[in-house]
Amino acid sequence: MEKRVLFRSTWLPWLLLAPQLLVVLVFFFWPASQALVQSLQLQDTFGSHTEWVGLDNFRRLFNDPLYAASFQTTAFFSVLVAGLGISLSLLLAVFADRIIKGALAYKSLLILPYAVAPAVAAVLWVFMFSPSLGVVSYFLGKLAYDWNHLLNGGQAMALIIMTAVWKQISYNFLFFLAGLQSIPKSLIEAAAIDGARPWRRFWTIQFPLLSPTTFFLLVINVVYAFFDTFAIVDAATMGGPGRETSILVYKVYYDGFKAMDMGGSAAQSVVLMAIVISLTVIQFRYVEKKVQY
Amino acid sequence: MVERRPLMDLLAHAVMLMGVLIVAFPLYLAFVASTHTAQDIVQAPMPLLPGSHFWETYKAALFGRDVSVASGAPVARMMWVSLVTALVITFGKITISLLSAFAIVYFRFPLKNFFFWMIFITLMLPVEVRIGPTYQVVSDLGMLNTYAGLTIPLIASATATFLFRQFFLTVPDELVEAARMDGAGPMRFLWDILLPLSKTSIAALFVIQFIYGWNQYLWPLLATTSEDMYPVVIGIKRMIAGGDAGNEWNVVMATALLAMLPPAIVVVLMQKWFVKGLVDTEK
Repeated sequence: MEKRVLFRSTWLPWLLLAPQLLVVLVFFFWPASQALVQSLQLQDTFGSHTEWVGLDNFRRLFNDPLYAASFQTTAFFSVLVAGLGISLSLLLAVFADRIIKGALAYKSLLILPYAVAPAVAAVLWVFMFSPSLGVVSYFLGKLAYDWNHLLNGGQAMALIIMTAVWKQISYNFLFFLAGLQSIPKSLIEAAAIDGARPWRRFWTIQFPLLSPTTFFLLVINVVYAFFDTFAIVDAATMGGPGRETSILVYKVYYDGFKAMDMGGSAAQSVVLMAIVISLTVIQFRYVEKKVQY
Repeated sequence: MVERRPLMDLLAHAVMLMGVLIVAFPLYLAFVASTHTAQDIVQAPMPLLPGSHFWETYKAALFGRDVSVASGAPVARMMWVSLVTALVITFGKITISLLSAFAIVYFRFPLKNFFFWMIFITLMLPVEVRIGPTYQVVSDLGMLNTYAGLTIPLIASATATFLFRQFFLTVPDELVEAARMDGAGPMRFLWDILLPLSKTSIAALFVIQFIYGWNQYLWPLLATTSEDMYPVVIGIKRMIAGGDAGNEWNVVMATALLAMLPPAIVVVLMQKWFVKGLVDTEK
């Protein structure tokens, strides 16, 4: 799309663009290209000696069973976070759409987690589930269920999933509610006059019309689970107890900054970039179709 | 409302109430914990009703204590660092994006499409995936432990530029024609016409970017090593390093609530704009 009427100046547009271009070049393109270069290099622990190793880092990475395991962990984690987050918030949005009295109060409370930093959310949930003093783990103990996410990998995973879903529900809820409210009332009324009950109306009218929103949220939630959950993992489990919650982003950080394997970490960054770019492309290709509705 | 179904309405309220209770429970518990002494909380199960130590805990959290515990750093300083960081990111991003979106939409110049894509490709890659090299760049520039180091790398993304561009494209061309007829130059047009029209978008972006900046974790974790440059989100993580028995959970929870207060206030007060901005940006 272009404007018909434009201003003419030989220097002004450059001046206007300069600040953003400068920031983007120095803090985006430079580091991103560095990641590409480093992924082809091997550096010793002190950074004093580097050599070119071609695709060795990638070969090493894909032959590493730990990396495959981390991929699996991430896949499991993001499927559950996206699935649970989307279905729970859709449920809430559908009922919120019905409510007239008190809707604002519900909404204000439901959007609060959006304001909470992921790391802070993790601290809140760790506190509730702490094996020695947590309220929830205490009551689980009363029900003869032993909760200790510091020892049990499955429970550690459950903890970060719950935290991640809790944090993301507000965002999904807002989008679903906006989507539901943009469906023309006349459609619903017509169906009601024809005798369709709420359950039927949801599945035959509202849910299909929401599909672009659902798809969009699916992509956003997967990206969220892949990247924005670093803080949750770091603050709640630190990838532990063993490596059960070490998702890909956490591994990039750990290998690069704790294990000091810069080449391996850079290669992982490059793989991650490839994943985000393909997710974005998928999103653009399908979300464009949203216009039909 | 399409039809009258009292039972359905009851169910709707029941579900919403359940949802709100589950969502609010961690926050409530944090508040309760912050009003008791550390000893009360360690004895499981901790009390479920607010206690009487509200002021003590918050004073201890905000201004630090003389006891030499590991987690004794004053939160007031961290809140200040967070506030400055969030505001610099917010205003920095809005300013540079406004200017570059204006240039891209309202001017014709060579290589325009090239620059357009150069800026928009940054939309795709969050800091998290290029974290190592970004750290090296910032460290080479000597920007570790400075506000510049904390903020500028996070400004390098095009979300705001994208939103402004979308908005500018909907502004009628007649306004430019009229402005030019009256002899206004491009900067005059930007300042007197475009800016007032963009008020809603700017407000929405303010909310989104403020929360984004305030809640940053991974980047400040790397870019700060001295305690007086920790944002509050990092500070709270360092506080729970002591293990269950070693932590003063009342102070930790008070800090958690303090840390979420500014973004929560911004979100709830600016709810209308924020929702509009969020839904529009992501379109």
